[in-house]
Amino acid sequence: MTAQAPIIHGMGHAVKRKEDPRFIQGRGNYVDDVNLPGMLYLDIVRSPYAHARITSINVEKAKALPGVAAVITGKDLEPLGLAWIPTLMNDKQMVLPTEKVVYQYQEVVGVVAEDRYVAADAVPLVEVEYEPLPVVADPREALKQGATVVRPDKGSNLAYHWEAGDKGATESLFRDADVVAREEFYYPRLHVSYMETVGCVAHYDAISGKLTLWMTTQAPHAVRTVASLVTKIPENKIRIISPDIGGGFGGKVYVYPGYIVAAVASILTGKPVKWINDRSDDQPSTAFGRDCYMTAEVAAKKDGTMLALRVKTIGDHGAFFGDANPSKFPFGLFSICTGSYDFKSAFVEVDGAHTNKPPGGITYRCSFRVTEAVYAVERIVDVLAHKLGIDPAQLRIKNFIAPDKFPYKSALGWTYDSGNYLPALRKAMEKVGYEQLRKEQEEKRKRGELMGIGISSFTEIVGAGPAHTFDILGLKMFDSCEIRIHPTGKAIARFGTKAQGQGHETTFAQIIAEELGIPIDDITVEEGDTDTCPYGLGTYASRSTPTAGAAGAMASRKIREKARKIAAHLLEAREEDLVWEPGKFYVRGSPGKAKTIQEIAFAAYTNYPPDVEAGLEAVDYYNPPNMTYPFGSYICVVDIDKGTGEAKIRRFMAVDDCGNRINPLIVDGQIHGALAMGFGTAMLEEIKYDENGNVFGANFMDYLIPTAVETPKWETDQTVTPSPHHPLGAKGVGESATVGSPAAFVNAVVDALAHLGVTHIDMPLNPWKIRKILRDNGIQAE
Amino acid sequence: MSMTKMHIRVNVNGVEREGDVQARLLLVHFIREVLGLTGTHIGCDTSNCGACTVVLGGKAVKSCTLFAVQANGKKLLTVEGLAKEGKLHPIQEGFWEKHGLQCGFCTPGMIMAAYHLLQKNPNPTEEEIRRGISGNLCRCTGYVKIVESVQYAAEKMRVQEAQVAAR
Repeated sequence: MTAQAPIIHGMGHAVKRKEDPRFIQGRGNYVDDVNLPGMLYLDIVRSPYAHARITSINVEKAKALPGVAAVITGKDLEPLGLAWIPTLMNDKQMVLPTEKVVYQYQEVVGVVAEDRYVAADAVPLVEVEYEPLPVVADPREALKQGATVVRPDKGSNLAYHWEAGDKGATESLFRDADVVAREEFYYPRLHVSYMETVGCVAHYDAISGKLTLWMTTQAPHAVRTVASLVTKIPENKIRIISPDIGGGFGGKVYVYPGYIVAAVASILTGKPVKWINDRSDDQPSTAFGRDCYMTAEVAAKKDGTMLALRVKTIGDHGAFFGDANPSKFPFGLFSICTGSYDFKSAFVEVDGAHTNKPPGGITYRCSFRVTEAVYAVERIVDVLAHKLGIDPAQLRIKNFIAPDKFPYKSALGWTYDSGNYLPALRKAMEKVGYEQLRKEQEEKRKRGELMGIGISSFTEIVGAGPAHTFDILGLKMFDSCEIRIHPTGKAIARFGTKAQGQGHETTFAQIIAEELGIPIDDITVEEGDTDTCPYGLGTYASRSTPTAGAAGAMASRKIREKARKIAAHLLEAREEDLVWEPGKFYVRGSPGKAKTIQEIAFAAYTNYPPDVEAGLEAVDYYNPPNMTYPFGSYICVVDIDKGTGEAKIRRFMAVDDCGNRINPLIVDGQIHGALAMGFGTAMLEEIKYDENGNVFGANFMDYLIPTAVETPKWETDQTVTPSPHHPLGAKGVGESATVGSPAAFVNAVVDALAHLGVTHIDMPLNPWKIRKILRDNGIQAE
Repeated sequence: MSMTKMHIRVNVNGVEREGDVQARLLLVHFIREVLGLTGTHIGCDTSNCGACTVVLGGKAVKSCTLFAVQANGKKLLTVEGLAKEGKLHPIQEGFWEKHGLQCGFCTPGMIMAAYHLLQKNPNPTEEEIRRGISGNLCRCTGYVKIVESVQYAAEKMRVQEAQVAAR
């Protein structure tokens, strides 16, 4: 008897994660776990004002405190050309101010000391005098004539105007429509609230001239290139290391002032400098998500056939236009807003506004504004359904893009790769017992009880992206994989992406295992070190599997082709006579005449053909031919407490279709987590500002993220419609549920109150908002 | 600024440790920076997130909300003290089996909160588990799989308990 062959665990295996043993034993290596000899600590003085001229900064008392090593102001950065740096959207942002502050909690002065307690002691010793200026905190106000101008260098608060679609054709369809449904939605300002705040350890080695930055970044290579271009430090003298990251969700794509100040502090002091943002500083100053006012309209026939969609949006971008978007898309992929429906025409326009709020704009697991787009269409479809008295499920079914229309060119110009929407909605309806629930609702309504059912049948767009359309600061949005097979058949694979919890060490190993037949335990996956990993654009917006995952498959296939040559040499057969089955080549017709990938790997270093190079490795830079378009149907069932106004989620059924699943366990986990984020968005979370630009929701006391108690028990299922162009038929999944779920929650609550004439309630749907509606309608607990 | 140092002695994961610490040093910084046990994390500054949860004197506490000196003379258990002789604790096993973690940052605190819960209540209902970990925030998992992880651990610990009792 031979020993049992190890399990390969390729595609479709719900294998336990390879990264977990270190995390469950407290042996992760997050940035605050990086400790270097002689390390100093940076703390930051922040602005109490949203808009103010700085009249003086006195650092003497802070400098005099024993243990303080340096105090850094904007004036110190100016001669280095670092008081301002470019943003990802061809704007610029302050690192530290020299003249005025433009949002509350803005970084003003950096204080560096020998331990974090002394640095914190020195912060209040820095004396900054401000002369308050008029504040504009509402983007609608900011765009009006005579508004306070946040950015005198730009002349007005209009960051950009952007539009897409056929305005004339859309207007004509609206003119001739039987019915038009119109609603205004505010999508609140959110923060991703990763459990680990942003931070870095900067270490400048004066002898080698090399700057090493351990930092919480989702895009280490892009950071390196931009850092080199800005600082003029040669790119080979900058090393960015993303260690384990405690959640990113888009919020760690950005370059924050703290990173720059820490790097400068290390250069000035000659010592390593650590900066870890305090939570109560992080929440109000790092990148926000959403914050836009949308007016959505749909034109339809009486029978419910939807003809055209129109959305006008005002987006709040804060003081600097720094969204982490592909360069050609100032409001991201918002033009996916025609969703799952076969509209004849559509038109969208967006005005981006500057206000006295921090920059950001793309965050939240993570989505290039797809979340807002899907919310707009999935809400307005429900508004139309209620207006026409048609069941929201039936209205969706009537208007879905038919499966035989794929690849489908949307009214706003996207080519959907694949989709089959009806089976996903049907499955969700069957699982929750939709017809029964509608009957129950009718009966309860007669008794005066409030329950609602909300549907969201979303279409996503992920996997940026094809080089002809997608770049960030000119860097094309390909991604990469480099695989080396060692002589003993074990492998190391490095990628241009960087996981923050997505489980790449496991799924990427599974992709290579699938392609090469090497067991996943024999494959080490590394990411996040720019000195060792191939160039890539990083992990956000659900792009890793569509891009780097595909690169892993393609690099594996290159290795397989070389392995074929070596196997032919070893088996004394012709290459074309060899047949591949996972893990080995055999001679057609003689399965016993075979060489395993491990034998071939050994031969690659010991006995390779004379016309072939030694070694067994490959690199692939994958430029996807198209985006991928995951989709799904979610159904939320909600009961409303008439006494408290609490909307209690009874059930939440999520049917997702992300194409072929690499690791079903991980996919399920991604969906669960994103559903919880969508739940937080819909029910709890909001960052607000008063008219003076004072922030509310700036810490975990005031910004409510879901706990285990109120979070629903998620139910998930799937349909599988592979991507026709991805080498493994996979699509992305990380953000699907954050994109798709908020509308389902809101649709359910509005559905519960629709008979009262309620057509919309802005998120978050907290009890007082609902209780007020009930009170206004004379409804109370018995 | 008080730089007064105090001498403390703490039993950390079964080993007696002692040292001079500033009176104002937070327990979490003592654990992370003096003891070098970086599995205990800091996720907020308002005692909300629970990433710093450890078991002190048999109770789950948020170590960012205590001073190191308050641990003097007590037994401290951190995530690093759970696995014995290379064998994972059932709670650690549960989190691995049931995909109870993603980024891993909340995980040590979550595991320590679950440890305390299962000490008090070896057979918790789902609702009791959800309440038991409600002081610990997770942004990745949506909690369902954490609940399953704790249920897995509870079951396994009850079986182990029964085996010990039968011997």
